[in-house]
Amino acid sequence: MTAATVGTFQSAPVPMPAQVHVPKKRTFFTAVAEQPWTTGGIVLLIGYCLFPFLWLVRLSMDPAANGNLFPTSFTLDNYGAVFRNDEFVRAFFNSIIVAGSATLVAMLIGGAAAYALGRLPVPGKQYIMFAVLAVSMFPGIAIVGPIFELWRSIGLFDTKTGLVIPNVTFSLPLAIWIMSSFFRELPRDLEQAAYMDGATPFQAFRKVMLPLAAPGVFTSAILVFINTWNEFLMAISLSATSNSVTVPAAISFFQGENTLEIPVGPISAASVMVMLPLVLMVLVFQRRIVAGLTAGGVKG
Amino acid sequence: MNPAGYLNRLDERKLGLLFVIPALVLMAIVAAYPVLNAMWMSLHRYNVKVPDDYAFIGFQNYARILSSSTWWTAVETTLVFAAISVAFEFVLGLTMALVMNKGMGSATGIVRVAVLVPWATITVVTALAWKWIFTPTFTFSLFSKVMGIFAEESCMLCGRWTSVMAMVFADMWKTAPFIALLLLAGLQSIDGEMYEAADVDGASTWTKFVRITLPALKPAILVALLFRSLDSLRMFDLAYVMTSGQNDTSTVSMISYDYLIKRLDMGVGSAMSVLTFLMVFIVAFIFVKLLGASPEGVEKKTKQVKLA
Repeated sequence: MTAATVGTFQSAPVPMPAQVHVPKKRTFFTAVAEQPWTTGGIVLLIGYCLFPFLWLVRLSMDPAANGNLFPTSFTLDNYGAVFRNDEFVRAFFNSIIVAGSATLVAMLIGGAAAYALGRLPVPGKQYIMFAVLAVSMFPGIAIVGPIFELWRSIGLFDTKTGLVIPNVTFSLPLAIWIMSSFFRELPRDLEQAAYMDGATPFQAFRKVMLPLAAPGVFTSAILVFINTWNEFLMAISLSATSNSVTVPAAISFFQGENTLEIPVGPISAASVMVMLPLVLMVLVFQRRIVAGLTAGGVKG
Repeated sequence: MNPAGYLNRLDERKLGLLFVIPALVLMAIVAAYPVLNAMWMSLHRYNVKVPDDYAFIGFQNYARILSSSTWWTAVETTLVFAAISVAFEFVLGLTMALVMNKGMGSATGIVRVAVLVPWATITVVTALAWKWIFTPTFTFSLFSKVMGIFAEESCMLCGRWTSVMAMVFADMWKTAPFIALLLLAGLQSIDGEMYEAADVDGASTWTKFVRITLPALKPAILVALLFRSLDSLRMFDLAYVMTSGQNDTSTVSMISYDYLIKRLDMGVGSAMSVLTFLMVFIVAFIFVKLLGASPEGVEKKTKQVKLA
């Protein structure tokens, strides 16, 4: 807490001159009164966006819904059951390791490429950008067969490394595009100034540009992490045991083949728990995420 | 040798090359090579379970697939799903953006979080949540009654097209708020003076929407539609979890997966995945060439829409 904010607690209220116009404070209620349709729309929007998540929370506490909107009994047993389920706990750790290291590597490789494509003279730049764009359009199914074969022959099948590599590759377009747009926004004078001071291009990158672009790098890291946390097709194709099975794959396996005997309660509890880290990230980094999603996109 | 010392001696051009090479190598090995390999395998009879029976058979796998009704059923499901979901998501996303643009007042923070929640939700979890919302035993009675209008005994996931609609609703929930966010950014960048000038000329709300708002959003809309279309054409996880492909609801990605990973029939599976690739490629081509989703705009939008 800064001195200024502490100060406001201590200062006595200053009497206000009568003629000064005090704007009416906009509260939820004044908003409803002024724009009933818009407010109604906003409330509907919030409800719609949160409902399925809240429904999972509801099912996790009382799976036999039987048409009731609200749970008739509360129990946290299903959460306990998930914690005690060794396969799920391992899947959770696998997900953290796979998404975490994929994000880290994608930031390193993608960050370097983004800097080169955003600020350095690279021969054939448009073709490289086009290739990166093409990779982002690839249907995963078009590559999963050969990767499956290749991984089995070189021993990467059912390993976390085997999942990290394709995840890094398919995060690259996203990472490169966001970071190169952040790098491009930095003024050109910065490098010139660094060169004047005798810095080499690499030193200019490491000591001047990278610290300035750090918020952009962080933003892309969040987006890439969420993307890899979500990855499903590779996860179910390239893993077989709890050695490498990630959370999305594990949840789909728990479902089993027989639709009638789905353990709805525990699966809902597991889903809610998997969602929590992401909801938390959204809560904390909401501004950054929105900035990252829309950066550079609208101006063109 | 000290790596930093080596890097420090490079000029801009060499440093640039060195910086793009790792990304290019990775994309070549994990994206380009597998696609080419799949094309090659698709010309062979090859099942991992019977490795000795490996032979070059030309286009026979393709002939077999293109004459099978299973394939065309999956194509139909995929195209119908893609067309309806992209259209619905666009309309709902635009509506949401217009509502948010009207003013969120003190609720801005809450709205931002609410809109990001579907985007951050794992697709598998999205699929499960909606699967249960669309299952009479696990939903609430009002919704059960609504479903009763469309499906016998309210069982939406028991028939082909009602299942596809259920998947559309799940997909719409996950991506429409995100489209809204992109379009909202576009809306906020429109110059307010244009509307004031239109007001002076006595233009109606509808005229302003069609003459000012839509044209200003056109590049953002085209690119959003392009990437949403590509995403829905390769849709896999939603159908895998919601219907497991029952009642002819397999998408092309799903039956390719069945052949490749479950039956280990690399020949037929690869041919199917190549056909899926072609389908996606043709749609991308149509968007870029005919509708003029400019590569420049595409370049700028990739990062955003790819996330959906």
